[in-house]
Amino acid sequence: MSTVAHEHDHHHAPTGLKRWIFSTNHKDIGTLYLIFSLMMFFIGGAMAMIIRAELFQPGLQFVDPQFYNSMVTVHALIMIFGAVMPAGVGLANWMIPLMIGAPDMALPRMNNMSFWILPFGFALLISTLFMNGGGPAGGWTMYPPLVLQLGDAFPFLIFTVHILGVSSIMGAINIIATVFNMRAPGMTLMKMPLFVWTWVITAFLLIASLPVLAGAVTMLLTDKYFGTSFFNAAGGGDPVLFQHIFWFFGHPEVYILALPAFGIVSTIIPTFARKPLFGYASMVYATASIAILSFFVWAHHMFTVGMPIKGELFFMYATMLIAVPTGVKVFNWMATMWKGAMTFEAPMLFSIAFVILFTIGGFSGLMLGITPVDFQYHDTYFVVAHFHYVLLTGAVFSLMAAAYYWLPKWTGYMYDEKLAKIHFWLSTIAANVLFFPQHFLGLAGMPRRIPDYNIVFADFNMISSIGGFAYGISQLLFVYIVIKCALGGKKAKAQAWEGAKGLEWTVPSPAPFHTFETPPKLTKSMLEN
Amino acid sequence: MAAKDIYYIPEGSKWPIFGSFALFVLFIGGALLMNGNANANVVLYIGIALVAYMFVGWFNDVIGESRTGKYNGQVDVSFRMGMGWFIFSEVMFFAAFFGALYYARMFSIPWLGGLGSGTATHEFLWSAFEAAWPLSVTPDPTNYDQPKDVIPAFGVPAINTLILLTSGVTVTFAHWALKNNKRSSLNLWLAATVLLGFIFVYFQAEEYAHAYGDLNLKLSSGIYGSTFFMLTGFHGFHVTMGAIMLLVILLRTIKGHFSKKDHFAFEAVAWYWHFVDVVWLGLFIFVYWI
Repeated sequence: MSTVAHEHDHHHAPTGLKRWIFSTNHKDIGTLYLIFSLMMFFIGGAMAMIIRAELFQPGLQFVDPQFYNSMVTVHALIMIFGAVMPAGVGLANWMIPLMIGAPDMALPRMNNMSFWILPFGFALLISTLFMNGGGPAGGWTMYPPLVLQLGDAFPFLIFTVHILGVSSIMGAINIIATVFNMRAPGMTLMKMPLFVWTWVITAFLLIASLPVLAGAVTMLLTDKYFGTSFFNAAGGGDPVLFQHIFWFFGHPEVYILALPAFGIVSTIIPTFARKPLFGYASMVYATASIAILSFFVWAHHMFTVGMPIKGELFFMYATMLIAVPTGVKVFNWMATMWKGAMTFEAPMLFSIAFVILFTIGGFSGLMLGITPVDFQYHDTYFVVAHFHYVLLTGAVFSLMAAAYYWLPKWTGYMYDEKLAKIHFWLSTIAANVLFFPQHFLGLAGMPRRIPDYNIVFADFNMISSIGGFAYGISQLLFVYIVIKCALGGKKAKAQAWEGAKGLEWTVPSPAPFHTFETPPKLTKSMLEN
Repeated sequence: MAAKDIYYIPEGSKWPIFGSFALFVLFIGGALLMNGNANANVVLYIGIALVAYMFVGWFNDVIGESRTGKYNGQVDVSFRMGMGWFIFSEVMFFAAFFGALYYARMFSIPWLGGLGSGTATHEFLWSAFEAAWPLSVTPDPTNYDQPKDVIPAFGVPAINTLILLTSGVTVTFAHWALKNNKRSSLNLWLAATVLLGFIFVYFQAEEYAHAYGDLNLKLSSGIYGSTFFMLTGFHGFHVTMGAIMLLVILLRTIKGHFSKKDHFAFEAVAWYWHFVDVVWLGLFIFVYWI
């Protein structure tokens, strides 16, 4: 394969800095995305460490409340837009062309721009922490009127959202064009690996929801500087309107983070259970159903804001409905493992942990979706526990699984399995010590986004902080494992995992700079899922 | 070998990172302007210039590649999908503002006026407020410019509707002419479309001057002025962009670009033009008329 690639002399790999900053290669851009997201994961993680240090004991110990609130806000923005989303796009970049037998993404230059906007965007965001009036501190949801009190950082926050939106929309368009236009002959839609399916559905969510967020923050900007009154009742607007528009984006956004995770897990579990994915078609339809439903449930984030009772009921029932396709997925993952010849390498461990812990997060989500009880849980640590179960032990765990699963394909070497297993157990135990007690804190009434708390919450907070520090430190081990794997180790075969299916395992490891320059001839076995 | 069997992957390009940097400068300029920084304008103008330069340079590359026959049917389909979904993202951007308009008309204003569960809101906040649309007196009349009147639908806006709809027809005539290889007819109809586009923008600007100068209808005239100017303003901006895009296409057709079979740039701009047309119909009905 690689000798064929070198016959086209204009297709040799460029070298030096230009290779990266002018890149039109999906693998290089994917690598850039992944490295960037890992860096953001640690910056956002450092902020989480500050939060947990402050909450280690009641009272104010290390930071002033304004800065604490900035940490809470920017931690969320960085983890969502800087860590999880770019990691997902990085995986999409690397794997989708390999999985569908395409030579590259459909629009390679735009692909590069989608990436390079990100460092500039986060430069804007992080610079706000040093500005007059401090960084954004009103929560990542940017509710007015609180967010309008922000100092010089305000327009920078708004434009950060705009610029990151541009990046994500271009990335999403690229993925749609790639999947619908670049598949190798024979790779019909219902033969595509589930990872590709989940990503293309995610791309639709991105295109439909991010422009709405852009509109919402534009209204914030004009409300502050141009005298409009979208979110001011004195002029006939309504602050709650912002919440509606924001969550019309925000709920699909949650699935933008989660659906690629579903795709990853649906790829890994069959490999290590050595059985085809149970209910492939139902998985596709369930993913699509979740995506469609995600546009009709947004107000479950705002049950306590004072909506008409009919609205509360509608959004409660619509939310309950999402449990059905999600249940289909969890059932299918378990049925895939049922009577499989299972082995428990690191990707599989993370995937199984994902299924269990994501489901816990899903159940607490169901609890939050029930209007009358949400009045008690709203804005407490129960919510914090819920979304960290779905996002950290959910989305981030799946990303770790994906990294271990495809590292041999990316680097050409097997990672250190023993260290990876240690990383898994440390992460899993620490994450549960970190977040499980927060359920109790929330049920007992501890509010989120407050740096100090009543002494009755002290024990659980200390346990949670210990878990937090342990989780943070154990992620350094992941960096070590990745670097070690990139530098060398046991050579990976083209088919790095015995039970793996899919086109990405038919090209050598590491995958050559160019793959599938002519469409591959697909055999029946290559198209098994 | 079918065209689909030969892929086209562009070489490395400087434009993506240049464009990212340009956006960075542009937004810093914008943010500094909001913060009242003395040098903001300089940064903003440099940012605008860099973005414009990026567009010119990047499109120049693409046009060059297209003219030298590097593209194939597959690239064409990718471009079509790209443009189509880009327009869809624009639709969703406008949807946010239409959503704000509907929310204000259906919920926030009636509630402030005491309807439904808004009784207490009405009583305790601004009990003198009367719900109405167009909203000529805001709940708190002291902090907002109270408009004397609003722009009636069946004046300039109706003429503008006619102008945009006509321009949709002329751009289609231009397309037919292109497909039948009638180049002078193509140039003529396209020029007519560009002209109609700019006339629309001119009328819109006149309308704004009238609203601000004579009617005291401003961005700061409460929710009516907010939704009115943001919706028509973003639309007017899109018409301006679309007219500039059409102008570029006109210059290209005059230079002899495009063939009767291969003219996606023309079609993409035509799609975009129909998109601003459709948004305008929504504006005319929901902002001006009912």
